[in-house]
Amino acid sequence: MKTPAARGPLALILHQSRYDLLGILRNRQARFFTLILPLLFLIIFVGIFGNHVVPPGVKLSTYYVPGLSALAVIASSFVNLVISITAQREGGILKRRRATPVPAWVLIAGRTLTAVTVSLVVVAVLITFGRFVYGVSVRVSALPGVAFTAVVGSITFCVLGYALSTAISNEDAAQPMVQAIMLPLYFISGVFIANSQIPSWLRHIAQVFPVYHLADGLRSAFDPTGHGVGIVWSDIGVLAIWAAIGLAVALTRFSWLPKTASA
Amino acid sequence: MEPVVSVHGLRKRYGQVDAVAGIDLEIERGEIFAFLGPNGAGKTTTVEILEGFRTRTAGEVTVLGVDPANGDADWRNRVGAVLQESNAEPGLSVRESLQLYSGYYREPRDIDETIALVGLEEKADTSGTQLSGGQRRRLDAALALIGDPELIFLDEPTTGFDPSARRTAWHVIEGLRQLGKTVFLTTHYMDEAEELADRIAVIAGGRIVAEGTPGTLGGRNSMASTIRFTLPVGTGTDDLPTELRALLANEDGRVTLTTQTPLVHVGALAQWALARGIDLPDLDVRRPTLEDVYLELTEEPA
Repeated sequence: MKTPAARGPLALILHQSRYDLLGILRNRQARFFTLILPLLFLIIFVGIFGNHVVPPGVKLSTYYVPGLSALAVIASSFVNLVISITAQREGGILKRRRATPVPAWVLIAGRTLTAVTVSLVVVAVLITFGRFVYGVSVRVSALPGVAFTAVVGSITFCVLGYALSTAISNEDAAQPMVQAIMLPLYFISGVFIANSQIPSWLRHIAQVFPVYHLADGLRSAFDPTGHGVGIVWSDIGVLAIWAAIGLAVALTRFSWLPKTASA
Repeated sequence: MEPVVSVHGLRKRYGQVDAVAGIDLEIERGEIFAFLGPNGAGKTTTVEILEGFRTRTAGEVTVLGVDPANGDADWRNRVGAVLQESNAEPGLSVRESLQLYSGYYREPRDIDETIALVGLEEKADTSGTQLSGGQRRRLDAALALIGDPELIFLDEPTTGFDPSARRTAWHVIEGLRQLGKTVFLTTHYMDEAEELADRIAVIAGGRIVAEGTPGTLGGRNSMASTIRFTLPVGTGTDDLPTELRALLANEDGRVTLTTQTPLVHVGALAQWALARGIDLPDLDVRRPTLEDVYLELTEEPA
C-alpha cells in the first residue's frame, strides 16, 4: 500500500493529525483540561447559579454554554497547543520530525487540524449535554454558524499558540504562562460572567482581544430572537486580524530547534 | 565514485568566535566515519550544518551531492539522523511511533523488520516514554532508519549508557555496516571509535587536528610502546643490560621502558631474566591507546 507521503499532502496531514490526536487522548492532563473541564464547569455553574428562566425567556444555562464553548476551543487550541509544542520543541521531537522529508507546513496543518477536531467535538458535547439535560435553547439553523465560528476561533488560537510558544523557553513555564494570559481574559470576556455584569470600561478592554469575539460569535446562535446562520462577521473579522498578527510573529520567530541547544 | 559527504573550508562564526574554523572532510560510501572531539570543539555545530539544521558562514558542503542548506524532501528521504537528545513521541508506542515516521517517507522499510534490527521486539507495544535510556536511543535509531536512508548521522549515540547498553548499541551500528549504509558518528568515547570506525577525524578548537584509521590516527602506529614490569627484591635497574637501561622511562616501584621495537627489547629482557633465573609475573607490553593519542591531540594549550 502507498504511504501517506506517496499519496500527497492531504493524506499526510490526516496521518499527522491522527497521531497527534492519539498523543492528546493518552495524556491525562490534556484529557482533563480540554475534554472534561468545560463540561465540569457547566455542571458547576448550573449547580451554583441555578437554571431558572431569565429574559427573554430562556434557561440561564443558555448563557453558560457559548461562553464555555469558547473556553473549550481555547483550551484545546491555545492552552494545549502551547504546552505540547513547547515540550516537543525542547525535547527535540520537532527537530527530529524536521529531519524527515515531511514538510513543515504539513506538521503545522496536521497539529491544527487535531485542535480543530477536538474543539468541534467538545463544543458539540457541551451543546448536546446543555440541550438535553438543562434545556438550553439552540437555534438549529444557526448550528453551521457555531461550527464555522468554532473552526475560525480554533485556527486563530492555534496560530496565536504557535506565536506565543516562541516566547517560552521551557515546558515548565508554558502552563503558568498560558493561564496567566487567559484567566483574566476569561473573566472580562463573557466566558464566566455575563457581559451585562461587566463595567463598560472593562468590556472595552476585553473587546480588543480575541477571547471576547470568540465568545460573542458563539453566543449569537443561542439568542432566541436572532435569525440567520449565526455568523457574526465583525467577530470573525477581529479573530482574523489576531490570526494575521499571530501568523506574522510565528513566521518570523518560530523555531524547530530547542532553545536550550548546545553549540 | 562521488564521496557521500564532502566538506571544504567549512566555517561557522558565532559573534567573534569561530566555532568551526575551516575544516575539510570527505566520507566515502559504506564507510563508518567517527568524528571525535571534546565538548564545545565544534562537533555538533558541524553535524547540524551537514544535517541542514544550521547555516554556515563559509565553505563548500555537499551531502549526497546536495548542499544541505537547500536540502529538500527528496534529499531528506535519503538521510537519517539520530539526534543527541530527543524524547519519545508523546503517547505513542514503539510501533506507533514507527508507523507515524514511516508515513513521512515514500518507500519506508518494513516496520517489524526495523524494530527487530534495533532489538526492540519485546517492547514494540510499550509506550516510548516508558523505555529505558538505552532502549529509547534504539527507538531513535529505528526512527532514523525507517526511511531506509543511505547516510545516517549518529550524534553521540551512547552517551550516558551503561556498558551492556553500549555493547547493544554497537551491535546495532555494526548491523548498519552490513546493510551497506554510510555512517557519520560523533562521539567522545575512544573505545567506541576504535571498535566501530573505519576512519576517524579529531576536531579540537574548531579545527581538524588529526585524521586516520583507528590504527594510524595521530601517528599512533609509530608511537613508542611501553614495557612494564616489577623486579624482584634484591635486583635493581642497575642490573639490567645497558641496552635496556637506555630505555628507562620511569622507575617508581614498577619499571617502565619505552621502545619503538617492543619485540626486540622484550626478547632481550626475557633472555636476561631467564639467565638470572628470575620471573617477571606482571610483565606487560602496551601500545599507546587511542585514548592516549586523543588526549595528546586535544590537550588545551597551557
